[in-house]
Amino acid sequence: MKDEVDSREDRVAKLKGMGCSRKRVEDARFTQGKGNYVDDIKLDGMIFGDFVRSPYAHARIKSIDTSAALEVPGVLAVLTAKELEPLGLHWMPTLAGDKQMVLADGKVLFQGQEVAFVVAEDRYAAADGIEAVEVDYEELPVLVDPFEAMKSDVVLREDLVAEDGSLPDGAHGPRKHHNHIFTWEAGDKETTDQVIGSAEVLAEETMYYHRTHPCPLETCGCVASMDKVNGKLTLWGTFQAPHAIRTVVSLISGIEEHNIRVISPDIGGGFGNKVGAYPGYVCSVVASIVTGKPVKWIEDRMDNLMTTAFARDYWMKGRISATKEGKITGLHCHVTADHGGFDACADPTKFPAGFMNICTGSYDIPTAFLEVDGVYTNKAPGGVSYRCSFRVTEAVYFIERMIEVLAIKLNMDAAELRRINFIKKEQFPYKAALGWEYDSGDYHTAWDKALQAMDYEGLRAEQAQRVDDFNAGKTRKLMGIGLSFFTEIVGAGPVKNCDILGLGMFDSCEIRIHPTGSAIARLGTISQGQGHATTFAQILATEIGLPADSITIEEGDTDTAPYGLGTYGSRSTPVAGAATAMAGRKIRAKAQMIAAYLLEVHDDDVEFDVDRFVVKGAPERFKTMKEIAFAAYNQAIPGIEPGLEAVSYYDPPNMTYPFGAYVCVMDIDVDTGVPDIRRFYALDDCGTRINPMVIEGQIHGGLTEALAVALGQEIAYDDMGNVKTGTLMDFFLPTAWEVPNYETDHTVTPSPHHPIGAKGVGESPHVGGVPCFSNAVQDAFRAFGNTHTNMPHDHWRIWKTANELGLHG
Amino acid sequence: MIPAAFEYYRPKDMAGVLSILEEHGDDARVMAGGHSLIPMMKLRMADVPHLIDLQDVGGLASIEVGADSIRIGAMVTQHDIIDNDALASAAPILREAALQIADPQVRYMGTVGGNVANGDPGNDMPGLMQCLDAIFTVVGPDGERDIPARNFYEAAYMTAREDEEVLTAVTIPKPSGGYAYEKQKRKIGDYATAAAAVQIVRQGGSCTAASVAMTNLSDTPVHSEAAGAALIGTSLDDTDIAAAVSAMLGDIDPTEDNRGPIAFKKHVAGVILRRAIERAWSRA
Amino acid sequence: MSKKQHYKITVNGKEEEFLAEPRELLIYTLRERLNITGPHIGCETSHCGACTVTIDGKSVKACTMFVAQADGKDITTIEGIGGPDNLHPLQEAFKEHHGLQCGYCTPGMITRATKLLEENPNPTEEEIRFGMAGNICRCTGYQNIVKSIMAAAAEMNAAKEAAE
Repeated sequence: MKDEVDSREDRVAKLKGMGCSRKRVEDARFTQGKGNYVDDIKLDGMIFGDFVRSPYAHARIKSIDTSAALEVPGVLAVLTAKELEPLGLHWMPTLAGDKQMVLADGKVLFQGQEVAFVVAEDRYAAADGIEAVEVDYEELPVLVDPFEAMKSDVVLREDLVAEDGSLPDGAHGPRKHHNHIFTWEAGDKETTDQVIGSAEVLAEETMYYHRTHPCPLETCGCVASMDKVNGKLTLWGTFQAPHAIRTVVSLISGIEEHNIRVISPDIGGGFGNKVGAYPGYVCSVVASIVTGKPVKWIEDRMDNLMTTAFARDYWMKGRISATKEGKITGLHCHVTADHGGFDACADPTKFPAGFMNICTGSYDIPTAFLEVDGVYTNKAPGGVSYRCSFRVTEAVYFIERMIEVLAIKLNMDAAELRRINFIKKEQFPYKAALGWEYDSGDYHTAWDKALQAMDYEGLRAEQAQRVDDFNAGKTRKLMGIGLSFFTEIVGAGPVKNCDILGLGMFDSCEIRIHPTGSAIARLGTISQGQGHATTFAQILATEIGLPADSITIEEGDTDTAPYGLGTYGSRSTPVAGAATAMAGRKIRAKAQMIAAYLLEVHDDDVEFDVDRFVVKGAPERFKTMKEIAFAAYNQAIPGIEPGLEAVSYYDPPNMTYPFGAYVCVMDIDVDTGVPDIRRFYALDDCGTRINPMVIEGQIHGGLTEALAVALGQEIAYDDMGNVKTGTLMDFFLPTAWEVPNYETDHTVTPSPHHPIGAKGVGESPHVGGVPCFSNAVQDAFRAFGNTHTNMPHDHWRIWKTANELGLHG
Repeated sequence: MIPAAFEYYRPKDMAGVLSILEEHGDDARVMAGGHSLIPMMKLRMADVPHLIDLQDVGGLASIEVGADSIRIGAMVTQHDIIDNDALASAAPILREAALQIADPQVRYMGTVGGNVANGDPGNDMPGLMQCLDAIFTVVGPDGERDIPARNFYEAAYMTAREDEEVLTAVTIPKPSGGYAYEKQKRKIGDYATAAAAVQIVRQGGSCTAASVAMTNLSDTPVHSEAAGAALIGTSLDDTDIAAAVSAMLGDIDPTEDNRGPIAFKKHVAGVILRRAIERAWSRA
Repeated sequence: MSKKQHYKITVNGKEEEFLAEPRELLIYTLRERLNITGPHIGCETSHCGACTVTIDGKSVKACTMFVAQADGKDITTIEGIGGPDNLHPLQEAFKEHHGLQCGYCTPGMITRATKLLEENPNPTEEEIRFGMAGNICRCTGYQNIVKSIMAAAAEMNAAKEAAE
């Protein structure tokens, strides 16, 4: 066997294990148009459903007349709340402990809300049917501002007010007002108030993190097929958490979980949009039960932007105190969180504001207090984590802006201010003031590397010269240097404090080694472009010594995959990746016994070496994993069961804390407000690196989404609650023309508690990128007196900043 | 996004087009590339019971560059304009402007005729054609007639073309001098926040002719005669350009939209026009 | 509903005849009638380019064309560009340079790129960014897409040179 004479190096290379830029196995299908997305599914007799949606943001529904629609050729049925009520399905539970109308029950609370579900033989008939449904609305006063909502007499959710007018507690405790959802606190209020009250230096700022949307290129959709013969429901859909969807469907429909099969096929991007459970899924299931036919529902782009899963919409008021030398002493943050008409935020149960309490950032802040008030308004529900762990983008934006604001107050360089406040390497594991225990970090090394790579001193000198030139009338372009240093909290999470609807946030991997030395592994997660089929095979290759090319990874089918909570919040690598490694180690442990038997030595006398077990001290005596696999199936080994399989459910002991240092150089045309990104440098530390090529791809993509959010992407409403940005004409998704090349870099600080030291990376660039782009814009105007302006920094808002600073003469 | 049902026609000649228009009046619409109309139909913001596709009508897709004038058929696409070297050398502003419209795929389908005829104030070609003093030829039941681009636009989506008429060609006096089409937009595929078309003739150090038109700053394109007049006879020093800008600002009437409020648009219009004038002058 | 009409189109070299309503959008004809599911639907308003196909030598967004308009035309989709036995250099290059992630935009992206390279076999990075600006990708940030197209262009030019 040639294998036996290969050098150790060759054997490592052959595995294509962790650390190599293995090409993706997914790509052959996708580049040839052979992906299998939900809208590609075509079943015999399949029919289509689509929604009548409310044109009003707040209205009472006086009547719905479906008779004309039922006359439209091809229309088979029209569902309204009246039809769903007997089934108890006119409302559904949300992930946040609230409930949400599946179809409008007497009133609508946001524009685009689902009012009726038209089921027809094809899309065209459904569209014609929608036009023929007559709904009589009585408009009600519209509340689009959460501060107004908290003062208004207008009750948005009558269902949450008792008959005597009192307010029963919500899912997260007492409510202060009929439009109030919850108050959530973290930290030490008293000490923080004390420290801030007696601060040498105090900086305060209020910032609005605007509402936006994940907007994957593929919208949400599903195909529901109820097989009445055997009583089984199959539901294909764009689900980032297929197992959780199965449980939710079972809970609300009463169909036993074993009779429900949920399948996430290929998913055309998720970014948080596909975590939640939407009325379309429920209506499709009901329609399939009613008609006995498979029902497809695919939302269009306007539906997607207007109704399923917005992100952000946080009003954040910060106070940060420091010594005159710049040592931060305390941080206070109050958030008014606009959750729209229903509280459908996708957060772990105990965290109604997600992990906003990571908002002390990368800094050693001795005392802090966070208070979040959730508020109902006449906007769409959602509040998902758009390419970030739960509310971590908001937290990082907040602290990275507060640092800049404090630097201005102190008249200090913002890079230096960060440096003197970073948590030091020797302080890890570090217990932060708002409760989290950061597992590891080496911030100073990363920061110095980044600043050096960009010649930070040189950039500041150039910027100063530019200001002089501007003041002398020699240029109309300013230069901004954006800095950000972020620490994420990802990999949710430990079952002791993380669950969704009571489901612990562990994840899983099940491995079967085939007799000839290839394997299949199934996970509870689901790729939406991250390349799990490629990278999880790499983890296994290294762990079990079989080539990645011989390992199939399968996800997304609840009938075959082990239970897991899915893919979002950068949890796949930290949780399912760990499960994969642990399951691999179980395989290896059994393989070791088999190898020892075959080599006729004691178990402890063999050791693992890349792709084989060797007899200690006698490397010429070995059994390859391929040989061991075969032996597992064809030899009777005393005391060892045949076969070679393992399963692991991994409950992480802690979150992981990826971090990074970003620098952006931007030129801004003061007269038009047009920004030009000259350079963007991103250093990421995601711990152990599984596939550098995939990591780099994730960084590029996340930075581009960050650019979009910082520079123009928003879901904007007018005073009547109309969505102003419902198509891609107005909702900003940058093209290749608007996007720069990025410079990527890294340091490696492995997670001490993760089996392979990996921390997750997919969301870092978005989390760190948004404040970096925003800081670059704001920094350009610092010399002229700017402290803070709100995103998105589109042309007119940048122009407005310049205008208000008197830069237009 | 599914449009309402319609009857579709693909006549082979203009007579066929006109007879359908005559028969169905308001209920019929002609379509060239469809990239303005189809999205509106899909959003059910345009109701078109009878849709007449012009693609098989002969004689509408040629570009003729003559000694004194250029004739562009209504079905010539933005891509054709970019791709035509004779045209680019005779009237380079057309290529410069066409490259700033939409994106590559849309430019293969989007036509000059569709762009100038539908009266969308966001379209780039109407302002450009006013700058170039183009003549639009329309044909109807009573035969052909010419309408100057500068008299064509009445309000948003309202033009001098009658419902039963079809725009067949655009004729442009061969431009001379320097040119510029300057456009600020939020991203590829967007309409202008502000755009300026400028054509300037220079003799010695002085400007002998100037034409200025602005896009998406009013409910119609704005040909600013006053702005042009402010430049003629001057050497285009700073105050001359400022005078032209100020004259243009008197002619536009922007509205607030997602691109920004009125004050911003006016300011940007001034900046964009100044840049267009400077660039055109540098090429004159 | 309006009356169904008879249409004939050629897709990837194969003639297809069928009855359809004129308002049927070409993207649905391809995806649902002819089971050619490579081209996707992203925005429906001709901004994203996921539905890009080549029609009579033009890159076209199939979500913004009625089947009636396409009658008689010759259409190429990603399925006609290259398969397992004859991958197009662009398909190879996208795999090699990580020019895709979720894969949803990829068929439209590659289809558009074939046309771009046909018209401009030696594009600069800037020309690629401009020439691909009708196709939106949410995953890659475009950097590796640009790299993939550059690499494919070099590969195709080298092959052409070798053949001459």
